[in-house]
Amino acid sequence: MDLGMVIRIALRALARNKMRSTLTMLGIVIGVSAVIAMVAVGQGAENQVQEQIKSFGTNTVFVSSGSPSRRRGGVRHGFGSVKTLKIADMEAIEREVPLITQCAPGANSSGQVIFRNQNWFTRLMGTTENYFIVRNWPLLAGSLFGDEAVRSAQNVAVLGTTVADILFPDEDPIGQTIRIKEQPFQVIGVLAPKGQTSWGNDQDDRIFMPYTTLQKKISGQDWVNFLSCTAVSREASLAAQTQIEAVLRERHRIGPGAEDDFQVRTQFEFAELAEQTSQVMTMLLGSIASISLLVGGIGIMNIMLVSVTERTREIGVRMAVGATEMDIRRQFLVEAVTLALLGGTLGIMLGAGASGLISGFLGWPVLISTRAVVVAVLFSATIGIFFGYYPAHKAARLDPIEALRYE
Amino acid sequence: MQNGPVIQLEEVHKVYHMGEVEIPALQGVSLSVQPGEMIAIMGASGSGKSTLMNLLGCLDHPTAGRYLLEGRDVASLSSVERAHIRNRKIGFVFQQFNLLARTSALENVELPTLYAALPAEERHQRAQAVLRLVGLEERAHHQPSQLSGGQQQRVAIARALINNPSILLADEPTGNLDSRTSVEIMNLLERLNHERKLLVVLVTHEPNIAAYARRILFMRDGLILHDYPVRDRHQALEAVHQIMTEAAEVEVAEARE
Ligand SMILES: Nc1ncnc2c1ncn2[C@@H]1O[C@H](COP(=O)(O)OP(=O)(O)O)[C@@H](O)[C@H]1O
Ligand SMILES: [Mg+2]
Repeated sequence: MDLGMVIRIALRALARNKMRSTLTMLGIVIGVSAVIAMVAVGQGAENQVQEQIKSFGTNTVFVSSGSPSRRRGGVRHGFGSVKTLKIADMEAIEREVPLITQCAPGANSSGQVIFRNQNWFTRLMGTTENYFIVRNWPLLAGSLFGDEAVRSAQNVAVLGTTVADILFPDEDPIGQTIRIKEQPFQVIGVLAPKGQTSWGNDQDDRIFMPYTTLQKKISGQDWVNFLSCTAVSREASLAAQTQIEAVLRERHRIGPGAEDDFQVRTQFEFAELAEQTSQVMTMLLGSIASISLLVGGIGIMNIMLVSVTERTREIGVRMAVGATEMDIRRQFLVEAVTLALLGGTLGIMLGAGASGLISGFLGWPVLISTRAVVVAVLFSATIGIFFGYYPAHKAARLDPIEALRYE
Repeated sequence: MQNGPVIQLEEVHKVYHMGEVEIPALQGVSLSVQPGEMIAIMGASGSGKSTLMNLLGCLDHPTAGRYLLEGRDVASLSSVERAHIRNRKIGFVFQQFNLLARTSALENVELPTLYAALPAEERHQRAQAVLRLVGLEERAHHQPSQLSGGQQQRVAIARALINNPSILLADEPTGNLDSRTSVEIMNLLERLNHERKLLVVLVTHEPNIAAYARRILFMRDGLILHDYPVRDRHQALEAVHQIMTEAAEVEVAEARE
């Protein structure tokens, strides 16, 4: 007998008892949808992490002040509390490390900003035009401050969108004068929104100004907190890191064996660590969900076994009208596989739906991976065959006369 | 079809095992059946009638002895070949109808054609044709639960006939039916026997049902005790009455011992 006929027989048998078929499928539906949704969430997270790494700018080498262990002489130093990183260091790097194309300094402070009756406490950052290139951060309106503004420490400000929205709810901010820590600043630009970092930090809640202005007029510091540099390529960033370390050790007169008062990190490391972490998460979520898929398979076997007993008489009738053992075995096997595959398909749809919901909830796109779909389908087919075989075998081995006498 | 007997049993024994206990259900049955006969098997409950029918229908095999079906020894056939015979050569009708629940009359009737792997169109045509033959073309889409007992049994007969078998085995086909419906079913079987030369073997307790046959077998303790050919219904009834009187005598005699 050909397979088409077996499938027809199996489908008829399944349709005859929709309730039982549905319940049998349920385990697989839940298992597969859990796998799909969990893997989608995991992959979405991976993707999100990668996006964020990209938003830091490509090929970035990040130099921050303070030692890697943040410990010197037993005293713990917070990020940026070491005051040895200077603009001269940046110029030396640009001069002496050919793998670096440009650097931007970052000097941090914070303070009250006022426009008319609106006021807001926000973070202030002194830098140069390069910063926005390194960070790949376009303007929404107005312009950035050029070299001249930096050289003469002009009171000009570029606003993040959060700050702009708060101070200027219904006015064009460009050209307006705001007061930062009691000093008048002219707003010359507003940045495009950058969104939150993965740890919930609003990158748009900030005001940028020339680092010279910040150093001289706001914080009175002569050092910077970090340097953000661009290497010629992603691969070059590792070599650039070593070279920068050499340049800075010499300039800061750090002898062999002594601890650095700065730290150089590449985006390369960030990326790898973050990717690894999120991959582990995906695998973890996926394997937890797989267990529910397995439980679903055992559910199929359970109900198929009950079904064989319940349908003993039917099996007897089929044998009496000419079904061979193989026909019966195949029918039950096809029934199990059909249920598993149908359950798998419904599970994929349900999982996709659930992923959509989770995506809305988390606020990041979740990715339904083809790999997860293929694995889920193969897995459910395998489950159908594996857990369907024993009941099918049991059905085929029934003695037709016993089966017909069964009450 | 070849000449000679369709069915030939030679000293057939059947022993059932229930744990340690051996139950001899058939104890040396010999029988020869020609094409187109209509046979009634009678006998007390437990005399081995169903066991004999199951053997004839290739649902079971003898413990000893030979069963030749159209000259071939059934014991030499594989289980697939026996399934093939049940599918094509033999139609079975049961006392309990044994229709698939929640399945239309049409699909029930089609069932054997699925295992014969016939194309869809032919399956459908044949199913319609046999339903018409048993007078149920209007009930094709009814499920068993929506049919009367007599109608259900006619669906079962249609199912038995769909692959054009040469043998119809009916084990107490009217056992669950009232007498009027029983007569309908018997008229149908008689017509099939006359018009199609279908070999009919039926088991019954009812003299009026057995009277439709042209050969009456009487079984007792796993043996065929009497085997009477009869000319017509009248003679059949006479034979049955004689057998039953004799049986009653034997029982009384046994009770005395
Ligand atoms: N599957 C079986 N297992 C054990 N004993 C059986 C089985 N089928 C029938 N028997 C026994 O064999 C004998 C003949 O049974 P059966 O052929 O059903 O009689 P009948 O149909 O004439 O009433 C009875 O004693 C019955 O109990
Ligand atoms: Mg019986």
